[in-house]
Amino acid sequence: MTEMREDFREILRLVRPGARVLDIGCGEGELLELLSREKRVDGQGLEISPEGVAACLARGLAVVQGDGDRDLDHFPTRAFDYAVLSKTLQQMREPKHVLSELLRIADQAVVSVPNFGHWKVRWALLSRGRMPETGALPEPWWSTPNIHLCTLADFTALCDDLGLRIDACVALAEGRKARQIDPRRPIENWRAETALFLLSRKTADTPEAVPQNLFGEVELPKPDAPAPRTKPKRRKR
Amino acid sequence: MTAQAQIAGGYETGGGTWRFPASQPLKLDSGGEIAPLEVAYKTYGRLNETKSNAVLVCHALTGDQHLASTHPVTGKPGWWSRFVGPGLPLDPERYFIICSNVVGGCMGTTGPASTNPKTGEPYGLSFPVITIADMVRAQAMLIEAMGIDTLFAVVGGSMGGMQVLTWAADYPEKIFSAVCIAAAARHSAQNIAFHEVGRQAIMADPNWMGGAYLKAGVRPEKGLAVARMAAHITYLSEPALQRKFGRELQRDGLSWGFDADFQVESYLRHQGASFVDRFDANSYLYITRALDYFDLAARHGGSLAEAFRKARGVRFCVLSFSSDWLYPTAESRDIVRALNAAGCRASFVEIESDKGHDAFFLDEPQLDATLRGFLAAQAAARGLA
Repeated sequence: MTEMREDFREILRLVRPGARVLDIGCGEGELLELLSREKRVDGQGLEISPEGVAACLARGLAVVQGDGDRDLDHFPTRAFDYAVLSKTLQQMREPKHVLSELLRIADQAVVSVPNFGHWKVRWALLSRGRMPETGALPEPWWSTPNIHLCTLADFTALCDDLGLRIDACVALAEGRKARQIDPRRPIENWRAETALFLLSRKTADTPEAVPQNLFGEVELPKPDAPAPRTKPKRRKR
Repeated sequence: MTAQAQIAGGYETGGGTWRFPASQPLKLDSGGEIAPLEVAYKTYGRLNETKSNAVLVCHALTGDQHLASTHPVTGKPGWWSRFVGPGLPLDPERYFIICSNVVGGCMGTTGPASTNPKTGEPYGLSFPVITIADMVRAQAMLIEAMGIDTLFAVVGGSMGGMQVLTWAADYPEKIFSAVCIAAAARHSAQNIAFHEVGRQAIMADPNWMGGAYLKAGVRPEKGLAVARMAAHITYLSEPALQRKFGRELQRDGLSWGFDADFQVESYLRHQGASFVDRFDANSYLYITRALDYFDLAARHGGSLAEAFRKARGVRFCVLSFSSDWLYPTAESRDIVRALNAAGCRASFVEIESDKGHDAFFLDEPQLDATLRGFLAAQAAARGLA
């Protein structure tokens, strides 16, 4: 048994048993299989590579070959309880559109993004003047699939723009335990290497449809009524 | 009702003609009926005790029940022989595989070449116009007669895929999983147009004799061959034709006439000529008509999702080929979208291939792997060993 990916562990914790889950960019279906086994979710994958799709099918998962940038439009509104987009939003052509589509298709979205505000990233730029190559962003600039990188502050600003509520957020780092954070705190914009968000629409119909304590036994600070302790926004680059 | 078992080589375990008495007619969409109905079929593998391992394979326009059996007319292996065998996607050691000739066909199931009980002569054009749903209804009668309640899977490509979709719409409670390959939920204008060329070619042949050629002891071979030639082009792709033939000549130099100078001409002529030996011209008219009439959404208030509304329990696998321009990937995506909208469990793969529509008969490792993976996973879910 290989060790469970930390982000998978967090997603597993977030997702309600028996929920309908759409995993965008599901790869070979590891997460969906885990969710099906542990949480008996009704899972559906979206994957671009034929090899990934074939692997999912062999695992007995429902998977549609497609491109998160183009094919989300094909899913009906509120067809799922959760839409999961793990570490790929920054690779999308239109992350803003994708993000709003996620929350059209599903009541909640689980989205993880590498934080371009992380201190190692800032240090690489500041000290060497070179594009950073870190654990969360390992590729050189000329081969990275990441075309739309953002900082935590950027991401939370986009959520505000789209009228999305951040129901929960954890910081993930290679080889470390996940840490619950308030993504709006400037210090987290330095410390979090990758952040995993649980998002929902701020519209009226969601709160009653979605149970609030999705973290199981763990009680989390809810940035619902955001007490914006943040100082004036960090400058955007 | 008699099933004459004829054990042949390969994995065939049975087959014959199921004769339904006149008291059990096939009710048709057109309002008419066919009685008595005969359905020719083949089986491979054995039905398990719980009767839960039956797979129905639906054949395409010019296919028949000889899925993996030597064809009695051509002597060639069955049309999907390469899919049937131990360790192959359709494993007779695991599944009880059934393939029957569609209604309107000409390989033993009642069709326009069959004898009309009212006249004692071949039906010809007095055969009622049939639909894909009629074909499926006849299959459902056969399955029921075999004592099978639920099919583990319904699998089909092209017209077979349309039957699969119709199974899901009309008998969702009778199927566990469904595989629809290189098909569409309706015939497009282009599809109808090509079929019309074929039908006109047949009807323009003086030997067609208004459909009564069997009585006259002739066959509209030229017309049927042209129909087949035109259709065959739609099954291939431009790159596949180019790769296979290019502008290669049959012999050195041009004939400066209208012989088959080019290899592609000779190939098409051969396709046409060999087709007439095994296919009935009126069957071709009727089956192409059934395809043209096919529009699954139209039967459900214009909404394809509505057609699948009751099929939520069915696990679907939809496959298309990237170079198929007869039923292009977009058609399969429409099906998947409707399945999603209906809340069905659907998987979809577009298989990269430059072989066109015919790729589903050919050696496409990704098709094999996908189908084997899907069916094996469904078998596990169904509790089949």
